[in-house]
Amino acid sequence: MSKTNSAPDVALPALGQKQSPVKWAIMIALPLVVFFVSLFLGRYDVSAGEVVKIFANWIFDAGYPQTWTDSAQKVIIQVRFPRAVMAAFVGAGLSMSGAAFQGMFQNPLVSPFILGVSAGASFGAALGLVLSLPYVAVQGMAFVFGMLAVAITYFMARIYKTTPVLMLVLSGTVVSAFFQALLSIIKFTAEGDEKLPAITFWLMGSLGSVGLQDLLISLIPIVGSCIGLMVLRWRINLLSMGDREARSLGVNTQQTNLMIIIFSTVITSTAVSICGIIGWVGQVIPHFCRMIVGPDHKVLIPATMFVGATYILIVDNLCRLLSASEIPLGILTAIIGAPVFAYLLRKTKGGWN
Amino acid sequence: MTETMQSPATNAIPKIEVVGGSFSYNRKATIWDGINLQVNEGECVCLLGANGCGKTTLLHCMCGAHPITGGQVLVNGRNIQEYSITELAQTVGIVYQDHTVSFPYTSLEVVRMGRAPYLGMFETPSQEDTALAYEVMKELGIEDIAGTSYNKISGGQRQLVLIARTLCQQPQVILFDEPTSHLDFKNQAIVMKTLQRLSEKGMTIVMTSHFPSHAWQVGTKVVLMGRKGVLYQGTPEEVMTEDNLSDMYGVRVRIVNKQTEGSKAFFCEPRFD
Repeated sequence: MSKTNSAPDVALPALGQKQSPVKWAIMIALPLVVFFVSLFLGRYDVSAGEVVKIFANWIFDAGYPQTWTDSAQKVIIQVRFPRAVMAAFVGAGLSMSGAAFQGMFQNPLVSPFILGVSAGASFGAALGLVLSLPYVAVQGMAFVFGMLAVAITYFMARIYKTTPVLMLVLSGTVVSAFFQALLSIIKFTAEGDEKLPAITFWLMGSLGSVGLQDLLISLIPIVGSCIGLMVLRWRINLLSMGDREARSLGVNTQQTNLMIIIFSTVITSTAVSICGIIGWVGQVIPHFCRMIVGPDHKVLIPATMFVGATYILIVDNLCRLLSASEIPLGILTAIIGAPVFAYLLRKTKGGWN
Repeated sequence: MTETMQSPATNAIPKIEVVGGSFSYNRKATIWDGINLQVNEGECVCLLGANGCGKTTLLHCMCGAHPITGGQVLVNGRNIQEYSITELAQTVGIVYQDHTVSFPYTSLEVVRMGRAPYLGMFETPSQEDTALAYEVMKELGIEDIAGTSYNKISGGQRQLVLIARTLCQQPQVILFDEPTSHLDFKNQAIVMKTLQRLSEKGMTIVMTSHFPSHAWQVGTKVVLMGRKGVLYQGTPEEVMTEDNLSDMYGVRVRIVNKQTEGSKAFFCEPRFD
């Protein structure tokens, strides 16, 4: 086989994990199917045909006669649709930034919250809730403090003119601890108040309150940053060889690291500000995807996008449907994620060799 | 400098030149000082010296991994600081000592990373890049491990993969940082043979080593480094004397000449008598 002249055909299979088209077709189709299913799953009964007609009327002005109630239309368009869209994008975004951080930090255990974004955002949201700010302002505070925490981490890690990734991890831990302490102060002072349950509920993460309005403000930063990570994906391979080697390969590691941090932080800050802390997605999904498509970030990043979207869509449906009252999303992702992660760790013995 | 000087132009610009170079950490501890060194096209320069004398630091300064703190490093006659990271990676390649990575990329994937200096920030490697990487692996005789995880191959194979990756950068000079450290006997021989073949094909090479025999084996120029800078430099015949080596390593050295069936081989032995 190695005697043929068409070298690319020879070389490509040797790249390791075979990229079968069937595998990719399933990965791409699955989030679409789950998305559609999510729209007609729920306590309020709307048939699949009606769902299609409601959307046809809403988007294309198709003019089907309304055989459904007004509240059915409202449930589909203003509740289920934005919630499912948000679930897909948050899942995709968190998973992609998790994979990007794991590559950049050369560590498959890293989560997208490692630089303190979740601690910062939690504090911001809690502060907003305690001050009884309007909901949009609470979201804004969460976003701003999430970004701020990462900015502090970044500048704290700067030594001379470089920012070594190890320093980033360490200062991220420090900044997280600091903001968690501030959050504790707020929780402590809010005790007895009716605000404490609101803070607690917010911290557990939920997509329950996502409306069309939230989509408008959050999709642009999330989609933009996801595109950013997508085009940088092969560079993550280079970064994962270590700073020194990446530089010897002509990579401006300082600049590339910063771009990845910015894109990931915009994604996570936005996600956290809209739907609270959703843990264990950014760690588990990249691991799982590595088992399916291999470690090369050129294919891993797109895979995490599809699988992450599917995962959060499914888990959010479970949140809605499992019990009479809604289960916070962050609890379910942890309950599912932690054991799955433990299993993957055991199975791969910590390494991915 | 006799049989290996194939470069006809005598006034050719050195590939790498260190002019009055000095290096110090935090402007205090001077590692070396007053280094003048030319690496001409086609040469294989071997840096020898005791632990901590700064051979590796000098090598890093020659590829821009560390900025030199005094004097200049010129690459093709131009100050190294004027080069962009990408441009430098297209000109000077460095083979660091191998290490395992966090993600089990295939060896071919690692070799293909050498194409990075030719790809834009947002580009991914093309079929041609993959084909080139595979060709280079074939040249080095390691195409059979192309699909094997980089973490699963032996240290010697990893070193060859890194050499292949550096060749994919198509540099004009390749620097090697102790290419045979922690390799077993056979893998040392394979790596040195590869290095020798590259040199014979005209590649300009600079290497650091703890083995004086490497200087005789592949070096066309030898630089002996001492506490504060270069002690001696010249051809192996000129420089590699018992006195010079004893001076440099701080232990008395005896050179043993093994002449077997036409091949010359020199060995160094410490003398404690």
